[in-house]
Amino acid sequence: MTVLRTIGLTKKFGDFAALNGVNIEVGEGEVYGFIGPNGSGKSTTLRILLGILKATEGRAEIFGKDSWKDAVEIHKRVAYVPGDVNLWPNLTGGEVIDLFIKLRGGGNLDRRQELIRKFDLDPTKKCRTYSKGNRQKVALIAALSSDVDLYILDEPTSGLDPLMERVFQEYVIEAKKQGKSILLSSHILSEVEKLCDKVAIIREGRIIETGTLKELRHLTGTILLVETREPIPALEGFKGVSGIQQKGQALSFQVDAGEVDQVIRYVSQFGVIRIESSPPTLEELFMRHYEGTGQAVESGAGGES
Amino acid sequence: MARHLFDGTGTLMRFVLRRDRLRLPIWLLSFAAISAIIALAFVGLYQNAEERQAMAETMRNPAMTAMVGPGYGLDNYTVGAMTAHEMLLMTAVVVGLMSILLVTRHTRTDEEDGRIEMIRSLPVGRLSNLLSILLVLIGANIVLALLTAFSLTVLGIESMDFEGSLVYGSALGASGMIFAGVAAVCAQLSPNSRNTLGLSIAVLLFAYMIRAIGDVTNEALSWISPLNWILRSEAYVNNYWWPILMTVAGALLLMVLALYLNSIRDLGSGFLPSRPGKGKASKSLLSPFGLALRLQRTGLIAWGAGILLIGASYGSVLGDLESFFEDIDLMQQMIAQSAGFSLTEQFIPVLMAVMAILGTIPVLMAILKLKTEEKNGRLEHILSRAVSRNRLMGSYLAMAIVTGFIMLSLAALGLGLVGNAMMEEQLPLGMFYSAGLAYLPAMLAMIGVAMLLIGWAPNAASTVWLYLAFSFFVIYLGGLFQFPEWVAKLTPYGYVSEIPIEEMDFLNAGILIVVAAVLMMIGVIGFNRRDIGR
Ligand SMILES: Nc1ncnc2c1ncn2[C@@H]1O[C@H](COP(=O)(O)OP(=O)(O)OP(=O)(O)O)[C@@H](O)[C@H]1O
Ligand SMILES: [Mg+2]
Repeated sequence: MTVLRTIGLTKKFGDFAALNGVNIEVGEGEVYGFIGPNGSGKSTTLRILLGILKATEGRAEIFGKDSWKDAVEIHKRVAYVPGDVNLWPNLTGGEVIDLFIKLRGGGNLDRRQELIRKFDLDPTKKCRTYSKGNRQKVALIAALSSDVDLYILDEPTSGLDPLMERVFQEYVIEAKKQGKSILLSSHILSEVEKLCDKVAIIREGRIIETGTLKELRHLTGTILLVETREPIPALEGFKGVSGIQQKGQALSFQVDAGEVDQVIRYVSQFGVIRIESSPPTLEELFMRHYEGTGQAVESGAGGES
Repeated sequence: MARHLFDGTGTLMRFVLRRDRLRLPIWLLSFAAISAIIALAFVGLYQNAEERQAMAETMRNPAMTAMVGPGYGLDNYTVGAMTAHEMLLMTAVVVGLMSILLVTRHTRTDEEDGRIEMIRSLPVGRLSNLLSILLVLIGANIVLALLTAFSLTVLGIESMDFEGSLVYGSALGASGMIFAGVAAVCAQLSPNSRNTLGLSIAVLLFAYMIRAIGDVTNEALSWISPLNWILRSEAYVNNYWWPILMTVAGALLLMVLALYLNSIRDLGSGFLPSRPGKGKASKSLLSPFGLALRLQRTGLIAWGAGILLIGASYGSVLGDLESFFEDIDLMQQMIAQSAGFSLTEQFIPVLMAVMAILGTIPVLMAILKLKTEEKNGRLEHILSRAVSRNRLMGSYLAMAIVTGFIMLSLAALGLGLVGNAMMEEQLPLGMFYSAGLAYLPAMLAMIGVAMLLIGWAPNAASTVWLYLAFSFFVIYLGGLFQFPEWVAKLTPYGYVSEIPIEEMDFLNAGILIVVAAVLMMIGVIGFNRRDIGR
C-alpha cells in the first residue's frame, strides 16, 4: 500500500526551478532514503509534502490525501524533523518537546522520558544554550515520542555524535518493525545503506535513479579487484569498464552489469593471481552518478540565505 | 597587542555601508526633507507675527511643554524659533530610533544569526565589528547634521540663518549619536536582539517621559534625560553649543563603555547568565496561543508598565493644566473651542490619541511576531504538526487584540486615576475608560493592515510601521498645522470619537471594525495560499 507519493512534482522559486517533475513513492512499512548533493531539492520536496510550501505543479499525497489541502488531517499521523532545527531561545528543551507533542495531538509520556534518557539530553536547559546536536535531539525526541504512521526526517542525524547516531538507528529499526514508514533524506550514505529498503537519488530537481539498493547495484554492476602476473593492456578503453584505480599490486575497477563476462574473459589472459568482486557501496553508486556525467561540481550551487 | 583588537575595522565599515547603501541614505534624506517641509509649512500657516504670537501663548501651556519641551523665545516667536521648539524633540526621538534600529541590526541580530561568528573567525579584531558600526553611525549622524543644516538654510527663511540651522542639525545628530551609544551598551547587556531593541527603546521612552514630567514639575529631574540636553541648544534663538558638545561627549563615553563590555563578554551571550528552567511545559504553554503569549509575555509586561507610566504622567499634567487654564483661556490651536466642556476635558482626547498610537506599537509587534517566527524558521515546527494556518494566525491575532485592550485600559486608568488625584474637579473614571477603548476599533484596523501584508506581501510587512508613523504625524501635528479634515481621515485614528467632547459614534466604530475584519480575512486567505519560508 502506498503511504506517500508525489507525481510530477514541480516547484519554482521565481524563474528558478528547484524541482522538476519529481516522482517518489513510499510504501507501507518501507524505509525510503532520499539522497542528492546540496541544493538538489531534498528539503524542498519534504516541505511540499508537509504543506509548508505549495507545489507549482504536480501532486503530493500522503495517506491518499492532498498534502496541501488536508495538511492538518495528515499531520496527525506524521512526524517531521526539519533540516535546520531553530528553537525558541528562551524556552527549555523539555518545554519545546512537550509543546511539539501536544500540538500533534498527544504522545506517550513514558516514551518521552525514555527518549530523553537514551539521547542523554538535559531538558531543563534553555534552547539558547544548546549545541547543534542538542537542538537536533529535541526535534528527534519530539518526533519519535509521537505514535504516528509516517516519519519524514530531513538529515536527522546531522550534528549527532556516533553514539547518538546509533541510538537513532535503533529507533528507526524498531519503528520499521512496527510497520511504520519512514522517508529519510541524508548525506550519510552508510546510514542510508544500513537502514533503507529503497533509495531515490535526486539531482538538480530531478530524480535520476530510484529503486531498491539491490536493483541499483544490479544496474551499476560490480566492483572487481584483480591482480595479474602481466599488466593488463588497454583496459581504459574496454567496454563497460570505469573507475580504474591502482590498489597496490592490484587494479580495482567497476564493471557494468552486462559486461562482466566479457571483462573476465579478457582479464584472464594475463595470468590472474587474485580476483575479488564486491557489490558497489552506495557511495560508489553516488559518486558514479556525479562523476560519471562530469558535471557534478557545478550542481551544488545555491542554498537559502 | 591592543592594536589587533581593531584590525579590519575599515573593511567592515565599508561592508556595513554596502549593506545599508539604500537604508542609510533614505533615513538621512527623509530627515533633511521633513525638517525643511515643516519649516515651510510653518511659513505658510502663520502669515504674520501676530498669528505666531498667538501660537506662542498656546505653547506656554504645560501639556504642550510636556509634549514638545520647555518654551524659549516665546516673546519673539519667529518661524525659526517655532520650528526648533515644536519639532526638535519629536525629530530627535525618531533620529534616536534610527540609531537604535541600525545598531541592533548590525550587532545582536548579526550575532544571533551567526554572522559575527564567521567574521570573527577571519583575521579581524575582536572589537572591530562594534567599532565599525559605531564609526558608521557617528559619520551618518554628522552627515545628518550637515544635510539638515543645509536644507534648512537654503530655504532662505528670514529667521533661519546658517548658524541656527547648524545648531538644529547638530542637535539632531547628537541625539542620534547618544542613542547609538545607548543601543551599543544595551546590545552588550541583553541576551538577544529582541531584548536589545526593547531595552534601547525603553531607555528612549524613559528619556522622553522623565523629561516631560521634569519640565512640568521639577526641572532638575529633566537633566537625567539627554533629550533635555539637546533641547537646551535653543536653536535660532540663543544657539548654544555646549549642550550639543555635552551630548556628544556622553555618546562617546557610552560607546567606549560598550566596547569595553564587548571585550569582556562571550560571543552569543549577555551579562545575565542563563538559568536552568522547567524540564516540563506547564499546561498554559501547550497551544499556539499559549506559545505566542509566552514568547511575548516579558514585552507585554514592559510595554504595559510603560503605557501606564505615560498615562500617569499625562494625568499629572492635567492638574497643572486646570490651573493654567484658569489664568489664560486662549486656546486657538490643538483644541477647538466647544461649548459646555472644560478645557481639561477637551484635552483628554488629544492625550488619548497620542497614547493609543503609542499603544499600537506593541500591538503591531504582537501580530508581526508571526513574521519573525517565520523568518527564524520556527513556524515549520508548528505547521508540520496538527495546527492549521487559520489557527496559527488566529492565535497571533488574539494576542494582538488582547495586547491592544490591555494597553488602552492601562493608558486610560493611568490618566484617569492620577488625573483625578491632581485635579480639584473630578471627572468620572468611566469617561476616561471609554475615551480609551474608543480607540480599539482603530487598533483593529491597524492589525488588519498588518495581517493583509503578512498574508500577501510578507517581505513588505514592516511597512505597516510607516503607516503608523504617518498616523502619528497626522494626528499629533494635525492640530498644529491645521491640516484639512480629510488628511486625518487617511488613518483609522481619524475616525475615532473624541470622548468626552463627542458622543461615541457607533456607526464609525462599526465601519472601522468591518473594514478591519475584511482586511484580516483577506490576510488570512493570503496566508493560507502562500509558501512558508524565510
Ligand atoms: N525560498 C527559496 N527561494 C529561492 N530558492 C530557494 C528557496 N528555497 C530553496 N531554494 C533553492 O532550491 C534549491 C533546492 O534547495 P533544497 O533546500 O531543497 O536543497 P537540499 O537538497 O535540501 O540541499 P541540502 O543537502 O544542502 O540540504 C536550492 O538551489 C535552493 O537555493
Ligand atoms: Mg536540505
